[in-house]
Amino acid sequence: MTTPTAPMLRIKDLQVKVRDSDKEILRGIDLEVGAGEVHAIMGPNGSGKSTLAQVLAGRETFQVTKGEVLYEGKDLLALSPEERAVAGIFMAFQYPVEIPGVGNLYFLRTALNALRKRRGEEELDAMDFLALAKEKMKLVAMDPSFTGRSVNEGFSGGEKKRNEIFQMAVLDPKLAILDETDSGLDIDALRTVASGVNSLRSKDRAMIVITHYQRLLDYIVPDRVHVMSNGRIVRSGDRELALELEQKGYALVEPAVRQEAAR
Amino acid sequence: MSTSAKALQELTSRQYKYGFVTDIEADTVPRGLNEDVIRLISAKKNEPEFMLDWRLKAFRHWLTMKEPRWQNVRYAPIDYQDIVYYSAPKPKGQGPKSLEEVDPELVKAFDKLGIPLEEQKRLSGVAVDAVFDSVSVATTFKEKLAKAGVIFCSFSEAVQNHPELVKKYLGSVVPYSDNFFATLNSAVFSDGSFVYVPKGVRCPMELSTYFRINAENTGQFERTLIVAEEGAYVSYLEGCTAPMRDKNQLHAAVVELVALDNARIKYSTVQNWYPGDAQGRGGIYNFVTKRGACRGRASKISWTQVETGSAITWKYPSVILQGDDSVGEFHSVALTNNYQQADTGTKMIHIGKNTRSTILSKGISAGHGQNTYRGLVKIQKGAAGARNYTQCDSLLLGSNCGAHTMPYIEVKNTSSQVEHEASTSKIGEDQLFYCTQRGISQEDAVSMIVNGFCREVFKELPMEFAVEAQKLLSVSLEGSIG
Repeated sequence: MTTPTAPMLRIKDLQVKVRDSDKEILRGIDLEVGAGEVHAIMGPNGSGKSTLAQVLAGRETFQVTKGEVLYEGKDLLALSPEERAVAGIFMAFQYPVEIPGVGNLYFLRTALNALRKRRGEEELDAMDFLALAKEKMKLVAMDPSFTGRSVNEGFSGGEKKRNEIFQMAVLDPKLAILDETDSGLDIDALRTVASGVNSLRSKDRAMIVITHYQRLLDYIVPDRVHVMSNGRIVRSGDRELALELEQKGYALVEPAVRQEAAR
Repeated sequence: MSTSAKALQELTSRQYKYGFVTDIEADTVPRGLNEDVIRLISAKKNEPEFMLDWRLKAFRHWLTMKEPRWQNVRYAPIDYQDIVYYSAPKPKGQGPKSLEEVDPELVKAFDKLGIPLEEQKRLSGVAVDAVFDSVSVATTFKEKLAKAGVIFCSFSEAVQNHPELVKKYLGSVVPYSDNFFATLNSAVFSDGSFVYVPKGVRCPMELSTYFRINAENTGQFERTLIVAEEGAYVSYLEGCTAPMRDKNQLHAAVVELVALDNARIKYSTVQNWYPGDAQGRGGIYNFVTKRGACRGRASKISWTQVETGSAITWKYPSVILQGDDSVGEFHSVALTNNYQQADTGTKMIHIGKNTRSTILSKGISAGHGQNTYRGLVKIQKGAAGARNYTQCDSLLLGSNCGAHTMPYIEVKNTSSQVEHEASTSKIGEDQLFYCTQRGISQEDAVSMIVNGFCREVFKELPMEFAVEAQKLLSVSLEGSIG
């Protein structure tokens, strides 16, 4: 799938280190993602996949040292995390955070209304929101008892990940970044989460799916696959690349890494 | 909300219209404390002799006492001879003429809390001249209570109209010799509330200090006494979520509760006295003695407090579990921001058999705030089968504040059970990022997380109070992050 106009997201030579340290994590990322596209980013542990996700979402523990990120033609890096959310960026967390004492639906309604308010839209009242939430809960087969619980508190790994996709469905982002949404899921939960994600695919929405394993991509079929190693994208291709990786393992990209290191 | 807001507005004007008799408006007593001053206070209040004797006994005892220093708070020495121990209500027209003359910070806080305009004026001492149909509200309350046989009046009125009850119960829970500040209060207390609920009566409404007649200017040395006879029930609300300014720096109140067989008393407090400015200048010292006695079988006393104000808060609402099967509860949220200090907690003294107590304390420290939980669970030899459960949680915002937990446990028999759990957590960068990534501003995220942390305590507050308490926390936390 190609886009005739400028891509939704354009990352140029992005270099990132851990704030207040010398630890470099991203060493020059170039990536373009168009509306309607699903890009998978794969790579071994420590290759910088999750850092890329968090930098796009605005996490302040990382510092951009070079490069730029344009989102819908605008400088994304100049925006705070909540401004990015208002602009339509959503990240499904690898480790969703617990907030004791704050009801799940209360949290989500606060988020949705904060976004709507800042977009100049009318806020949803409790009844309208509940109707919306109930509809979206079905997408990920969320148990109704979940509504009475605190944000992620006492959730199993699978419930936490489902909750992330449920939040995504309600918040309806333009660019969704899924950070290892498959980790810690058994095969049934994986299918449920993947079908939830698939139902949210649309021509207006772009997705970046970060994963360590190919198996997620059996369910969420990507348009493009990128392989990261040591802070760079070292290979890009279509979904065949993912299958090749599955067979040969990350050794496939290791030579590239060694060449880089030798240079 | 709107009905009570209206009631408040109406009552507001009543207090200005009828609240104080002209001839006491100009009254002052010279600075300092001696027996003459106490005699003068007692005379001005036209007290019977037993009251004067009691005050004098307290004063003489106070002279032999030393100000305690064991608490985990710091403040400059207080000059007790530099305090005016009796000051009559502020005459009309001496305060600010309109809200424009009131500190804009204060007005901003009022607005955020959604305090009605007329109430804002009353709280900041603006003379309210608007005329409302006022008498009816107070009268309705009074009639309803009188019909049920409940006495709810100022302490001074009780001394005049029900001296036998005052004589019987005053000092029966907190004796005049109890501690330095309670003893000082006993000698000089100005006014306060008196509640008496007769046998078998369930008080038909929440009693709030809002609706107490002649409630003005009792802040500094307030004294409250609540008695619930056999099988009676009463819920009492003290305080106000609006920021309360007071020119008196030292506040030393005493509250006594007495519950007889099967009686229940629920006492809820929201304390928001002036905490001082962001640099820690000014602010109220709130040194309070609150204690309840579960004197009868299967009686129950619950304390719920939300403490966000005062430069220094020092109080331990306690329960003496004397009757067999009696129950004591303490639910607390204490927040310290900027340079505020709080040393607060409870004492549960188990004397009767199968007595039970629950302690749930939530401490929040932000800025340079210091928050100490100090609690005593004492199970005496005869308290067979007694049980206590204590949970103390502390939440830290930023790295300049402190949380301290000091539990004291004394168990003198082998059939009792005591549990203590404590936790300290920090609002994590990961929690904040999670919220902001979803579009919630940092400030709203902090107040959401803090309110979640306090939810178990807010659940214990009457509905309307709980909503206000949540707003109050948000306002008190402003500027504590980032």
